Amino acid sequence: MRWLAAAFVALVAASAVAADDGGRTPKPVIAKAKPGTQCVEPPEAMRRLHMSFLKHQRDDTVHGGIRGAKHSLKGCVDCHASAETGSVAKAPGDFCSSCHQYAAVKIDCFECHASKPEKLAQKGGNSK
Amino acid sequence: MSRRGFLGVAAAALGGVMLAPGIRLIEVAQAATPSTGANPAVRWGLLIDVNQCAEGCNACVQACNAENGLDPTPTRTSAQWIRIVQVKETKTTRAAQLPVMCQHCAEPPCVDVCPTGASFKRADGIVLVDRHSCIGCRYCMMACPYKARSFVHEPLSDQKPDVPRGKGCVESCTLCVHRIDRGERVTACAEACAKAGHHAILFGDLNDPDSEIAKRVREIGGTALRADLKLRTAVRYQGI
Repeated sequence: MRWLAAAFVALVAASAVAADDGGRTPKPVIAKAKPGTQCVEPPEAMRRLHMSFLKHQRDDTVHGGIRGAKHSLKGCVDCHASAETGSVAKAPGDFCSSCHQYAAVKIDCFECHASKPEKLAQKGGNSK
Repeated sequence: MSRRGFLGVAAAALGGVMLAPGIRLIEVAQAATPSTGANPAVRWGLLIDVNQCAEGCNACVQACNAENGLDPTPTRTSAQWIRIVQVKETKTTRAAQLPVMCQHCAEPPCVDVCPTGASFKRADGIVLVDRHSCIGCRYCMMACPYKARSFVHEPLSDQKPDVPRGKGCVESCTLCVHRIDRGERVTACAEACAKAGHHAILFGDLNDPDSEIAKRVREIGGTALRADLKLRTAVRYQGI
């Protein structure tokens, strides 16, 4: 039994090492932001907490009319829209969708919010 | 290199210099200063002069559709934020048309009936729908005596960044809240009406006694539609 436990621990350790290398575990490709821009928070905080930042600020904006604060979805889109599709969530490789697909978390933001920055969004307008 | 170009490069280089570990001047400059938000001392409203509203003109509707990303060629199920209503007095046969949008009531029935609190009134009197909590039950549409609200039936794409909207939610005129929050003091409909030469729609602060709208309401008067309901609307009409 002890032998089995030791073998298991070794196996887990080995797989952890492999994951660190990025060899066996597939990782989402995170597209680079627009050059020359600086994110409002460090990447670690953003990856873990972006949903809380956005949710906290959205009520201030919708109900209180406070605009232009730090954590705005429009701000995300402005820097992270892909060079190819012009969007953050159109193609599977775009900034938001690549991680969300990897984590299997459905992203509803862009059912209503524009996934393209101001200028690009105005070019194509076939909304009802 | 020109003098201006050199200064720009120098400023950018300086901005990149670390002030303290992790903080650079460029980040300090980018730190957003949020707007102060809806001012409770203000009551935004519209004054619509029906005598100036030209027959057959729908410039305000088109401007509203363009500003808010609504369907430019509306179908029967499209959302509609401004309706042009034709009225006729039977005795005198005087006919007129007037735009009817959300009247931004001080006592909004849509807010009273909303089961989730999605329908709400902002501090500056603008009645809005918080689409994050709207469940699309359409009670507010039933409650509104002005038929001002629409339900979005179809999935949408390419919305305006300033006007997020989508399937399954109720929506109505926002009094161009994104413009107001930006500091602009004219709605898309009022702007288009003035551009068309009719000047039938006037936007302003009803609480400010020196504003054009308050002066005109005080001097010429302005009736509320269905004034008997005592909803104290922010959209007033002259000449009906």
